Amino acid sequence: MSPTSVPANAPAKLHRPTVEQSAGLRRQARSRSLGRSIVFHVATVVLTVVILYPAVWMLMSAFKPTHDIVGNVSLVPHDASLANFAKALGGIGGVSFWTFFTNSLVLAVGSVVGITISCSVSAYAFARIDFPGRNVFFVLMIGTLLLPFHVVIIPQYIVFNRLGLVDTFVPLLLGKFLAAEAFFVFLMVQFMRNLPRELDEAARIDGAGHVRIFASIMLPLMKPALVSSSIFAFIWSWNDFFGPLLYLKKPDLYSLPIALRMFVDQTSVSDYGAQMAMAVLALVPVMLFFFVFQRYLVEGVATQGLKG
Amino acid sequence: MTLTAAPPTAGPSTPPVRTRRHKGSEVRAGYAFLTPWLLGFVLLTAGPMIASLYLAFTDYNLFAPPQWVGLDNFRMLFQDPNYLKAWQVTGIYVLFGTPVKLASALAVAMLLNARHRGQGFYRSAFYLPSLVGASVSIAIVWKAMFIDNGIVDRMQQAVGIEGGGWVGDPSRTMPMLVLLTVWQFGAPMVIFLAGLKQVPLELYEAASVDGAGPVRKFWRITLPMLSPVLFFNLLLETIHAFQIFASAFIISNGTGGPARSTLFYTLYLYFRGFQDFRMGYASAMAWVLVLVVGGITAFFFRSSRLWVHYSGEGK
Repeated sequence: MSPTSVPANAPAKLHRPTVEQSAGLRRQARSRSLGRSIVFHVATVVLTVVILYPAVWMLMSAFKPTHDIVGNVSLVPHDASLANFAKALGGIGGVSFWTFFTNSLVLAVGSVVGITISCSVSAYAFARIDFPGRNVFFVLMIGTLLLPFHVVIIPQYIVFNRLGLVDTFVPLLLGKFLAAEAFFVFLMVQFMRNLPRELDEAARIDGAGHVRIFASIMLPLMKPALVSSSIFAFIWSWNDFFGPLLYLKKPDLYSLPIALRMFVDQTSVSDYGAQMAMAVLALVPVMLFFFVFQRYLVEGVATQGLKG
Repeated sequence: MTLTAAPPTAGPSTPPVRTRRHKGSEVRAGYAFLTPWLLGFVLLTAGPMIASLYLAFTDYNLFAPPQWVGLDNFRMLFQDPNYLKAWQVTGIYVLFGTPVKLASALAVAMLLNARHRGQGFYRSAFYLPSLVGASVSIAIVWKAMFIDNGIVDRMQQAVGIEGGGWVGDPSRTMPMLVLLTVWQFGAPMVIFLAGLKQVPLELYEAASVDGAGPVRKFWRITLPMLSPVLFFNLLLETIHAFQIFASAFIISNGTGGPARSTLFYTLYLYFRGFQDFRMGYASAMAWVLVLVVGGITAFFFRSSRLWVHYSGEGK
C-alpha cells in the first residue's frame, strides 16, 4: 500500500459520507494513484535505460569492428564478430591474458582469505572480550577507517622496496592478513554485537574458552557477515588499480587493471574494439558476483553501509 | 541502521562501574585475538604515519639518506602552481560531485520508496554502477564515450552544440568526471532507501491530517528523519571523493591533462612520489591531505549536533 492512499481514504471514513460522495472520493483516489503509477514507471524505465546504457554499450561494442564503435549510439552490432576478443586474449608483449587473469585471481582470493581470517579474529576481541585498552584501540580502528591511505603508502613503499618485496604480491596482501581493512573489522564487530550474549555465556559455564566460543559458536553464526565481506573483498581487490600500479612492475605479474592500462597505451588509440573486449573480460568475474550475490551485495550496503 | 557515528564505546554489557581488575586470562585472550589488527596497526598504519611525518620535513629520493630541510617542503608546496592547481581541481570535484551524487541518490530513493513492486530489481540495477564505476574498464568506456566524434559528441551535434569531445577539452573534463561519479549514485541510494523504510508512516499520516503538502512533509519529516543516514553518506562520499585516482589517471592517460584539468591531488602525489621519487615532498602533500580531510571530518561531526536528529527509539 502506498502511503498516499491512506490519507486519501481516511477522511472519507471519518465523516461517514454518502454513497455517491465516497464513490467519487474513491474514483479520485484511484485516478490519482494511476497517475502516480504512470509517473513512477516512466521515471524508473528512463532511469534504467540511462544508467545501464554505458555498460550495455561497452558489452555490445566489444563485438563491433572499431570503426563501428566510436560515435555509434546503436547497441546492435552490424556484423558481430569475436575478433576483438581474440585480440584481447592474445595478451600483451608476449604475456598471455590468462597470466593477468591468474594474477588477479590469486590476489583476490588471497584478500578474501586474509580478510575473513584476520578481521573476524580481531573483531571477536573488540566485540566479546573485556580487556584494558580495548576502547582506545576501537577508536583508533574507526580512525583508520576515515584516514586517507596516502599518508602511509610512501613509507610502506620505502620499506617494501628495501626488503626486495616490490614485484611480489606481499605488499598487496600483507594488509589483508593483518586486518588493516578496518571496514571489515567494523562490519564484523557490529554483526557480533547483535548476536545474543547468552550463547557464549552458556558455553562459558560449560567450560569453553574463547578459542572454542569463537570457532564453534561465533564463526557459524557470522556466516552472513563473512559472505558479504568476502564478496566485497574479492571485488575491491579485483578492481584495485593503485596498489598494483605501485608494486607490480614486471608484466608477467600484472593484475588485470594494470594490464588493461598497458593494453590501452600500446594499442593504437583507434583500436577501441580490442580495448572494449578486454574491458569486458576484466569485468566478467565482478558481473558474475553481481548476478549471483546481488541480494547479499545490496543488503550488505543497506545494513552495513558498505560502499561499492 | 549501522552508522560509523555509532558510539565508539565498548559493548552494551560493559558494567557502568569501572572494574579495575581485569582477569589475567581475559587480558591475555584479548590481546591474543587482537594480534592481527595490532600488528597491522603498528606496522602498516601508525609506524608509516610517523615515518611520513618525519619524511615530510626532509628531502629524500630513495637513494641518498634523507636530508632534514625543516619546513621547506611545505613552503614549496604553497608556491608550486601545480600543487595549487591540484587543490583547485580536487576541490571543485568534491564540491560539485558529492552534492549532486547525494541529491540524485536521495531523489531516486524516494521515487523507489513510493512503490514496492519491482523495487528489488531497480535497486540492484541502479546499484551496479557503484560496483564497477571506479574500475579501469569503466574509465576506458567513459573515455570512448566522450572523445571527439564519440557518442556524446554526436548527440551534442544532433542538438546543435559544437565543441567536440570532452576528453580533450580542459573545460569539460570536470563535468565528465562529475558525471562519472554521479553515475555511481547507487550505493548511497541503497543506504537512503534503507533509511526511508525506517521512517514511521504515522508521521506522514499525521502531517496530512494537519494539511501539510508534499514539500513540507519532505522538509519537516523526511529530511530530519533521514539526517543520520544523510550524515553517514555525506561524510563517506566526501572523504572518498578526495581520493579519486584510477578514473582520472586512465582518462588522462596518466598525465592529469589536458592542461592539468584532471590533475587531482592523488595524481599529483603519485607523480611527485613515485615518478620523480621526491618522497619528502610527497609525504608533505599526504600530511596536508590528512589534515584537511581530518578537519572536514571534525567539522561534519561538530555540525552534526545542529542538524542530525537521532530519534530516541533505538533501531
